[in-house]
Amino acid sequence: MPLLDVRDLSVVFKRKGTAPFTAVDNVSFAVEPGQTVGLVGESGSGKSVTSLAVMGLLPKRGAHVTGSVNFDGTELLSLSMKELRNRRGRDLGMVFQDPMSSLNPVITVGRQISEVLQRHRGQDRKEADAGAVAMLDQVGIPDPARRVGEYPHQLSGGMRQRALIAIALACRPRLLIADEPTTALDVTIQAQILKLLADLVRGTETAMIMITHDLGVVAGLCDEVNVMYGGKIVERAERHRLFAEPRHPYTHGLLRSIPRLDAPRGEKLVPIKGSVVDNIPWEGGCAFAPRCPNALQRCRQVMPELEPEDARHLRCHNPVQPAAVAEGRAER
Amino acid sequence: MKLLKRKSDRIDELAAGAGEGGTSLAADALKRMARSPVAVVGAGVVALFVILSAIAPWIAPKDPFTRYPELRSELTPTNIPGPMPGFLLGSDQNGYDFFSRLLVASQQTLIVGVLATLLGLTVGMIIGGLAGALGGWVDSALMRLVDIMLSLPALLLAISIAALFREGSQWTVIIAVGTVSVPIFARLLRGAMLAQRESDHVLAATALGVRRRTVVFRHMLPNSLGPVIVQATLTLAAAIIEAASLSFLGLGDPSPRRAEWGLMLAQAQRHFEVKPELAFYPAAAIIIVALGFTLLGESMRESLDPKNRR
Repeated sequence: MPLLDVRDLSVVFKRKGTAPFTAVDNVSFAVEPGQTVGLVGESGSGKSVTSLAVMGLLPKRGAHVTGSVNFDGTELLSLSMKELRNRRGRDLGMVFQDPMSSLNPVITVGRQISEVLQRHRGQDRKEADAGAVAMLDQVGIPDPARRVGEYPHQLSGGMRQRALIAIALACRPRLLIADEPTTALDVTIQAQILKLLADLVRGTETAMIMITHDLGVVAGLCDEVNVMYGGKIVERAERHRLFAEPRHPYTHGLLRSIPRLDAPRGEKLVPIKGSVVDNIPWEGGCAFAPRCPNALQRCRQVMPELEPEDARHLRCHNPVQPAAVAEGRAER
Repeated sequence: MKLLKRKSDRIDELAAGAGEGGTSLAADALKRMARSPVAVVGAGVVALFVILSAIAPWIAPKDPFTRYPELRSELTPTNIPGPMPGFLLGSDQNGYDFFSRLLVASQQTLIVGVLATLLGLTVGMIIGGLAGALGGWVDSALMRLVDIMLSLPALLLAISIAALFREGSQWTVIIAVGTVSVPIFARLLRGAMLAQRESDHVLAATALGVRRRTVVFRHMLPNSLGPVIVQATLTLAAAIIEAASLSFLGLGDPSPRRAEWGLMLAQAQRHFEVKPELAFYPAAAIIIVALGFTLLGESMRESLDPKNRR
């Protein structure tokens, strides 16, 4: 039985005077204990909103959440705010994108860890302070006994993100959601942080949802990958299968648009034309059709369903054929 | 008077600077202020004023509440004695030692200014804090109240409040001036708290299951105080001028047992042709002190502004 089972999750933003905006559209996925699942897509694909909906962090007014988020037998969407607050930080941890703005600038890093320990573990201040030092040590911050007393602005970017991870993992949550944890960091630091996350999660039963637009992150970390477009999952596959044989034209396009070391010199990157459209036109066709090189007449008339195919799930009328993938590579 | 006329736009501008800049960065801000001549002059004037008013009763050469026979004997409608041995600035219109009264009046001015500002700060922070933390209809109701207060000219409002009391006293002035400064603090704190509510670290704290109370008092409030502290300094300058204005208009404590610059200025009017210094010195004192607080406040605002931080 999966630890987290998200079924038919939809988030519609409603505001007076504007048309309702569907940010997440019938998304279903599951995360097993110890598994790392990636949610990949460009800005506006609904990946972050999905994570906020799972955490119950969307504003009550304006955001209309439907579907089911089942965490270890508990329906999170129907929990009261109080029960939800007891779960957050204890069972569900979250690491945010920007480590500078996600830390409270007027409180020491150590206090921000011990605060959570006191809240959920019922520890007294002394125990919690000791726990904070241990956590900082665990996330690889040198001289943790000194660093606990420092303020966020005294830490470097990488160290701030480590501190943020320490806060999120302080109570050993069973599910960790990492929302673009490396986007705001230097490339060299990015690799360190990803390794840290992998090390912390590996060998434990901690499940992780990795939200990113960076396929490199996915390649290194995730067991299973969900590619999102316009609020829907368009392709789901095991990591190696997805990279070896992307079938959805969008996934295929994403992979073709990253530079590779083994590509011949002088080869051009192939961008995906256009950008995500604001309001999602899934009604009456595929949302990706306007940008899709494979689009058929049918794609503009009938919305494709997410169907199992070839050891993966695929939402496409005219997927890229495995031969074409190989051919695309040969062309390079 | 201009100082209190800062309306919403100014307040919101200050509130916008609230996102960052907290206690831990106070040292950084202090360093920056020490390099600014404006800040040093402002702080110098304020420090001098505070020290003087604290020790005034001890350094005053004469008792400010005694009418001296040597002064009174020369007092006529056309002559108020000028400087003479033992009386540095001579007599005032009643035969008191003018210099001693001027000195001791600084104490009264400081007490009224500080208490009025504290009153405005406390009530304003409660209103603004509630509005910012709770939001919704509480916010709307409190802010409409604040809007009504802001829509009246500050001095007019202060006079109206002071006029509600049967007889003028020091407390009348404090309550009137304090009430007038409530809406500024309320709006400022509310704006800063709202900005904090949308901030990443408050979302992060919420995602950790931190209690609502803790989120407000540990994560939102301390990060919202910067602009409020700055405004307190600026309000102090305004309060001193307003208190003087109310005394000048006869809404303060008229007793000669109490020396106060605004009152001194008001009473000196009638003797302006005989001895203009009687009006000049209290007026100059009010201006210098108000200027000192304004310079200090403005330079504080600049150094706490995250946009100026390197």
